[in-house]
Amino acid sequence: MLTKRIIPCLDIKDGRTVKGVNFVQLRDAGDPVELAQRYANEGADELVFLDISASEERRKTLAKLVKEVARAIDIPFTVGGGISSVEDVDILLQHGADKVSVNSAAVRQPDLINALSQKFGSQCVVCAVDAKQIAGQWKVHLVGGKVPTEIDLMDWVQEVAQRGAGELLFTSMDHDGTKNGFANRALAEVADLINIPIIASGGAGTINHFIDAFALGKADAALAASVFHYKEIEIKSLKAALLDRQIPVRL
Amino acid sequence: MSVAIIDYGAGNIQSIRFALERLGVPAILTDQAAVITNADRVIFPGVGEASSAMEKLKASGLDALIPTLTQPVLGICLGMQLMCNHTEEGNTKGLGIFDTSVKRFEIKPLKVPHMGWNTSQHTTSKLFEGINQGSYFYMVHSYYAQLCEETIGRMDYGLNFSTALQKDNFYGVQFHPEKSSDAGVQLLQNFLKL
Repeated sequence: MLTKRIIPCLDIKDGRTVKGVNFVQLRDAGDPVELAQRYANEGADELVFLDISASEERRKTLAKLVKEVARAIDIPFTVGGGISSVEDVDILLQHGADKVSVNSAAVRQPDLINALSQKFGSQCVVCAVDAKQIAGQWKVHLVGGKVPTEIDLMDWVQEVAQRGAGELLFTSMDHDGTKNGFANRALAEVADLINIPIIASGGAGTINHFIDAFALGKADAALAASVFHYKEIEIKSLKAALLDRQIPVRL
Repeated sequence: MSVAIIDYGAGNIQSIRFALERLGVPAILTDQAAVITNADRVIFPGVGEASSAMEKLKASGLDALIPTLTQPVLGICLGMQLMCNHTEEGNTKGLGIFDTSVKRFEIKPLKVPHMGWNTSQHTTSKLFEGINQGSYFYMVHSYYAQLCEETIGRMDYGLNFSTALQKDNFYGVQFHPEKSSDAGVQLLQNFLKL
């Protein structure tokens, strides 16, 4: 049986793992390769590396880090941040990334999603979407959630799926860093609209939040950073709790 | 032990090289017929789209070479699918090593791609030696090989499909052993010991 995935996210800035509260204040949580190995050993199903400084700083690749991670771990990982062209993706895949996530660039030039899925296959194209509620409407945001757009989340997720994205990584800016739980209602709404796997992101604080993301939010995977980095939640106990609630996970 | 990984510009082939490196076996990425023919083991990797992958194989003559190889060959993911008769992806004719066809998952409401960790049931093939029934492997694919006489591993995702195939010296796996943690490591070790 296909299992639900637990995905620690390593936000990377200048080669180090960081995690911010609402993306602004950053704390250093360690060496990415070391963390990646630790998570792989503890039962993480996948890892995501997001270069959160990339959009602003136009930093094109994390090629060197990607190679070190690929050397060290035997579970899949996704790399994102500042990816804006087919060439960017080519370099990351050549260095050992399994998937790439595109965010702002896909909004600016939606054809990028088509180009990537045609060249590399949709299985390695993750479309990351940051959204926030404005007057009751979920609106897509750019550049790590800093720049609002007029684009409606529900329209955009359907478009990215139709353009060939293989997976959706949905981060609620309203929930990210709050540790108050995932945006389950919005997640479930998105899940009813598209037929590609959905990774829930933003708001994980307790084990119950993960249970809710799967049971209420209908997510295929749940992503979190600080609760794992600061050992507030152990992946093994999280998975045991999920299994107790009949949510299939890999043990 | 020399291992050749067939290099035909098919996405991420570093992962499998690194996985072999972790087992202490250096592998050569190559598109050279002589190097491939003389290697003790050949790995035929692949992620990406089937018809463009097949075009690349044809451009370098590898489509003719691969079926003539006599050492153990392991196709992974798209590599395995291209070893079948035909795939619906891009309506592509395969290498015809495995007598089966590759179809697209169309089972509502199951999501496509089939992505994540799923459990495998396998025969007593040497490829699965020491691997428990129901072990987890990492999957990421939108097309599947139908069950056939050469099926040595099966998986369920709305229907049963071939997650591993074997004919003579040719092996194929739909999952990614290089990304499948302990079970994947064991499978790669088994392949090297065949």
